[in-house]
Amino acid sequence: MRTVAVVGASLAGLSAARALRDQGYDGGLVLIGDEPHRPYDRPPLSKEFLAGRMSEADLALETETEDLDATWILGAAAEALDPGERAVRLGDGRSVRADAVVIATGASARTLPGTERLSGVHTLRTLDDARALRADLAGAGRLVVIGAGFIGAEIASTARTLGLHVTLVEPASAPLAAAIGAEMGAVVAGLQAGQGVEVLCGTGVREVTGTARAAGAPRVDGVILTDGRRVPADVVVVGIGARPGVGWLAGSGVDVGDGVLCDATGATTLPGVIAVGDCAAWFDPAAGSHRRVEHWTGAVRRPAVAVRALLAGASAGSGSDIRPPEPPYFWSDQCGTRIQFAGHARPGDEITVEEGSLADRSFVAVYRRGDRPVAVLGIDLPRPFTRWRKRLAADALRSPAPAA
Amino acid sequence: MIPACPLRSLPRGEAFRLDVEPPIAVFHTEDGEIYAIDDTCTHQDASLADGWLEGCEVECPLHASKFDLRTGQVDAPPAKLPVRTHRVVVEDDTIFVVPSDAPANLPPGVAVRCQGAA
Repeated sequence: MRTVAVVGASLAGLSAARALRDQGYDGGLVLIGDEPHRPYDRPPLSKEFLAGRMSEADLALETETEDLDATWILGAAAEALDPGERAVRLGDGRSVRADAVVIATGASARTLPGTERLSGVHTLRTLDDARALRADLAGAGRLVVIGAGFIGAEIASTARTLGLHVTLVEPASAPLAAAIGAEMGAVVAGLQAGQGVEVLCGTGVREVTGTARAAGAPRVDGVILTDGRRVPADVVVVGIGARPGVGWLAGSGVDVGDGVLCDATGATTLPGVIAVGDCAAWFDPAAGSHRRVEHWTGAVRRPAVAVRALLAGASAGSGSDIRPPEPPYFWSDQCGTRIQFAGHARPGDEITVEEGSLADRSFVAVYRRGDRPVAVLGIDLPRPFTRWRKRLAADALRSPAPAA
Repeated sequence: MIPACPLRSLPRGEAFRLDVEPPIAVFHTEDGEIYAIDDTCTHQDASLADGWLEGCEVECPLHASKFDLRTGQVDAPPAKLPVRTHRVVVEDDTIFVVPSDAPANLPPGVAVRCQGAA
């Protein structure tokens, strides 16, 4: 193998490039990024960066002395993967030939149809998105956040600390319900409300309205909910999830579903091509299905696994020594608390508080299916949370968790 | 030299946070060694005393950066800068820390706060 192209220059792509070098690969390495920026850390974009407590320099993922001996092509989106030539075609007409390809093209924010024409409606995914939102919030009094997933809930919390009046709208019964379940999501709703965020759950958005201006696009002025209520807004953030960046793989022979379909080590259906990060749906032996994991820790840890299989050769992925991926882990800082979660929660899991108490809003809760722990939630108790997270990871290595 | 805690109150495998400014974490490894480093992860605000101790390494409880307790060096990202180490003295069954004169590598938001307080 003489050249590896890493398509995507964010956390997963950088981690894959580092893994290649760490594992002894000394051939050519090309990193291709659609954004003009060097790799930067995205989690602070909705928190410290938005609040002005972190600078753009603070977001850099590379160290000052780090040298991957790589060629960087930034500001150029990949448009196609030619399987015959094993070449990545770029939007600017260039083509990068490689013996192996790492797909790390991430995901892009979903938008609400009909809001594209309105000024003042934002999504948050990239540094440029965060710059624009930060500038817009600076002159605003009222913010409506549509969607109380991680990004939405974090932006709501940050905007409160900036002094805005904030309304958080969520069709599900509680914030973060998809990830941590409705019962614990209700605790997060309490945290948000305690901080002064108006939390409106169980209602969707019928329309985002705007006012025509003398020049430029109409400016957003409010949101009409499905129950008919109208909430005025100077700025609206749409945080309704992300779609994997896989459109460029059409016709490449790489199978795509909800993300790039991979085996349990990140190998795609095309030999010599692996996928990591938010765009990748690895086969999860415990669930018996492909699962796209959109968490930061997955983007950091999984590339080493995929690169090891890639360097070992095509046959390595089918052996019996495949270790099931460790349970996903994520964190969220909001309302002055630190929320940590590991594993997979499902409706019907039995949830017990193992340390601390709900009343103190400082606790560790364990989710069990049958008698088996399958997930753990920690709020402001990092030490016992980490013990449980390690235990779940050890359990997963010994035997896959039950699927449902 | 700052008294941290009685040796017997810090079993092997445990850590203790010393509330000085900036805070210091004292670790007692399974092998019986005692090390002291700045408690705050150099990446983002998290207490390393709450981290996962394994051998001579501590894993940050938030983002899983790993630091070598002996040298402070980063063994695993996302941390980019080493954590400052401090000398440890055990006398009369008490653990003492000799704070380092070197500048601390505090993470972005925390560095601002500490400078503001100084």
